[in-house]
Amino acid sequence: MKLIIKGGLVADPVTGKTELLDVVVEDGRVVRLDKPPTGADRTAMVIDATGQVVLPGLIDAHTHLREPGQEHKEDIASGTAAAALGGFTTVAAMANTDPVIDSRTEVEFVLKRAAETGLVNVLPVGAVTKGQKGEELAELGDMAEAGAVAFSDDGQAIANAELMRCALEYAKMFGRPIIDHCQDESLTNEGVMHQGYWSTILGLRGIPAAAEEVQVARDIILAGRTGGRLHLTHLSSAGSLDLLRWAKERGLPVTADVTPHHLSLTDEVVRRLDYDTGTKVNPPFRSQRDLEALRQAVGEGLIDLIATDHAPHHFDDKDVEYNYASFGIVGLETAVGLVVTNLVEPGILDWAGVARLMSLGPARLFGLKAKGRLEAGGDADLTIIDPKAEWTVDPAGFASKGRNTPFGGMVLRGRVTATIVRGRPVVLDGKLVEQ
Amino acid sequence: MALRRKDILTLEDMSVQEMQAILDNASSFKEILGRDIKKVPTLRGKSILTLFYEASTRTRTSFELAGKYLSADTVNIATTTSAIVKGETLKDTAWTVEAMGIDCIVMRHPIAGAPHFLARICQASIVNAGDGMHEHPTQGLLDMFSIAERKGRLKGLKVAIIGDIFHSRVARSNIWGLGKMGADVWLAGPSTLIPPEVERMGETFGSRGGRLRVTCRVEEAIEAADVVMVLRLQLERQKKGLFPSIREYARLFGVDRRRLALAKDDFILMHPGPMNRGVEIASNAADADYSVIIDQVTNGVAVRMAVLYLLLGGGGGEEAVADKGGEVR
Amino acid sequence: MILQPKAQIMDKAAIDRALRRVAHEIVEKNQGTQGLVFIGIRRRGVPLAERLRDNVRDIEGKEVPLGVLDITLYRDDLTTRSDAPEVHRTEVPCSVQGRKIVLCDDVLYTGRTVRAALDAIMDLGRPQAIQLAVLIDRGHRELPIRADYVGKNVPTSGREVIEVKFKEIDDTEDKVLIVEKVEE
Repeated sequence: MKLIIKGGLVADPVTGKTELLDVVVEDGRVVRLDKPPTGADRTAMVIDATGQVVLPGLIDAHTHLREPGQEHKEDIASGTAAAALGGFTTVAAMANTDPVIDSRTEVEFVLKRAAETGLVNVLPVGAVTKGQKGEELAELGDMAEAGAVAFSDDGQAIANAELMRCALEYAKMFGRPIIDHCQDESLTNEGVMHQGYWSTILGLRGIPAAAEEVQVARDIILAGRTGGRLHLTHLSSAGSLDLLRWAKERGLPVTADVTPHHLSLTDEVVRRLDYDTGTKVNPPFRSQRDLEALRQAVGEGLIDLIATDHAPHHFDDKDVEYNYASFGIVGLETAVGLVVTNLVEPGILDWAGVARLMSLGPARLFGLKAKGRLEAGGDADLTIIDPKAEWTVDPAGFASKGRNTPFGGMVLRGRVTATIVRGRPVVLDGKLVEQ
Repeated sequence: MALRRKDILTLEDMSVQEMQAILDNASSFKEILGRDIKKVPTLRGKSILTLFYEASTRTRTSFELAGKYLSADTVNIATTTSAIVKGETLKDTAWTVEAMGIDCIVMRHPIAGAPHFLARICQASIVNAGDGMHEHPTQGLLDMFSIAERKGRLKGLKVAIIGDIFHSRVARSNIWGLGKMGADVWLAGPSTLIPPEVERMGETFGSRGGRLRVTCRVEEAIEAADVVMVLRLQLERQKKGLFPSIREYARLFGVDRRRLALAKDDFILMHPGPMNRGVEIASNAADADYSVIIDQVTNGVAVRMAVLYLLLGGGGGEEAVADKGGEVR
Repeated sequence: MILQPKAQIMDKAAIDRALRRVAHEIVEKNQGTQGLVFIGIRRRGVPLAERLRDNVRDIEGKEVPLGVLDITLYRDDLTTRSDAPEVHRTEVPCSVQGRKIVLCDDVLYTGRTVRAALDAIMDLGRPQAIQLAVLIDRGHRELPIRADYVGKNVPTSGREVIEVKFKEIDDTEDKVLIVEKVEE
């Protein structure tokens, strides 16, 4: 099958340039990028991308697909449909399923289900410890061989420092990163939101920024000592960024991501939305100062990638009192809108920057050579975005089974119009293509 | 001049005018409490549910009597375990009682924001009788009423609130209420029991509002105070390491006669109850002439009558009788 | 709808004369002032009660106790109003038990205010008798209630409203007006 994407503005995350190019795709690979006009080709399907931005397919390094075991929240079919609509051609599936993805069997199960029902590429992330109990290392080598691209106990932090040291040391043999959800449980104090002015006003228990920072510092020191690759996911506090900067200045093998939602809201939203449990997320929305620091860090290139931490929950798990509600918000279908509205429109990030943070960055994290940029011979994973389109977030219309978001009703700019996975369009005109 | 609202959830979102209206009405209701026949027919045919997910004696009884004195029908559901543990969600409990025709739900709940959740899903009026560490608006109102009754005003008074501010919904409601009404509020307690950035609350009191000051020295707060309000110390906080011992707490932060000697000559002493005598408050202080702790209880009924009357007394909506000056002939 | 003044039916002198007569009637009917209590219904029943007390003092040289009754909590239209009107204090300086109460209000119309006032007084105790004194009786009763003492009977139509002005409340000379409801 041959496909030509015509007239779009193609962003290159490596050179930082954006230029008008036609992208010619054949048999799942990019054949060449031409200065338009490309000659007519009757055998090719043509997508007119005039006025739109063409990016290397977006990759989400942090998605909870919930399958196996929690299919009432999400499954691989619904989660990858949400990913496709959100412009993601690849997602990394987190390991905190039921059972936990902590051995070859579960890794293979996820890959098999993804092949059967997935609309986009799915990369399994294996657990660091057996059952994510934080006690013994899981079979990292076997899982790596079966296709796990990284290891993470996400959902909780790795509390035991010695275990974390071993994980970094051991995973180094397979060149895979350890992704840590940084949170010192002894400091979180049963908190449900950021500890600060608004937790005081609302009478909710606070999770101090220090809970994250203490563990970020510990992890950075261990990564430095072991030389193992450390990836800090969903950083939320300004203090964590200072530690990350310290690590990078010393050339330590540390990378980090932030989420679109932490780049969009502060803890004040819990008050504004009157304890709406859609605002309950871990790490929590932090202060205005933290938000500004996160945006600045994205702009100056300190942050390696943007990841959604897409965490779908069932309606019943959120339609309760604030403390009882599950942590987490869905992110796949709002990520591009939030990034464009809050980073591109204000001039913090250009389109090459978006490609770097949402495609090249995650491709490098997982060592994906043929993804992350548009070049001849690379995988034909592409995302096409109308940068000016305005739309209103309507959770009821999500393809994800999760409706848990604080962004419902918000007007965003920048809408995914087409998603192409290995040369095959799965989203056209902003809608799923009938398979 | 009624409250143009369905629910009473916080004093944070209540205007000075609304608070003043409740206080003004409460003094009229207090007169009824002094009668032989303590009943008026005002809320005949209205039903009020007290739904308490935490143990409470005085607040629940106070609301129940307030409803009964106004001729409303009151029913009680009390459960010390959470509904979720018992299997029924708050939503289902609320919808069930609403289907039975309840007009007003007075709820106490261990989780902040639970009454907001209830208010969103119910037609009935919701009165927050204390939600977690958040607010206890009727306690704040009755404390303001008790102060104004003795002092004739709130504006310009120095009010010291002493103890476990962090976990106190009573403190939060009083800070908002007193601050907006123009009192100078001082908070004092151990640094581990002062909530983060609490001093910023003072920035939102408005042009007529007072000031908010925070200190760890009880003496500084009490000095020249018109009102000393002592908070209950939940003794189990010690286990979490927030203070080393009851003994040390009583020594450093307990309110006794020696410390109260620093207050103005005509100061009053308050406590929302129940008291830990000998811990946060000394017995000889609690029982002294300047203590208005028992008045607070009486005033609680009057203030809650005013609140229930103002929430449930109207209700005709579009068919409101447009007679002048609220008079009938 | 607006209210348009139509006619003045009493001036200060006429009101004074009427109240002096009513005071005489009260003393005559009760054979003195023994056990009497005046209770004015907020708001304009209060100055009326005060004037009757003053007149009785002039006639008999005796001081009759005076109370103020707020009937808001006893109104039968609370649930049909959009908001709850402010409640004022009821202040009756003595027990009503076994007393003869002269309930005072400015205008008697449907009788609903008086009905509410009767309930309110009963909740204060059990008087020996309750009598009713009004400045104006304008007819149109909706309840079986009548006044014992009337300053002036004024036949009215349903479109008309009686406005009584007292200087203590209205900051103007005492007077009684008929105003008419007119569609705009």
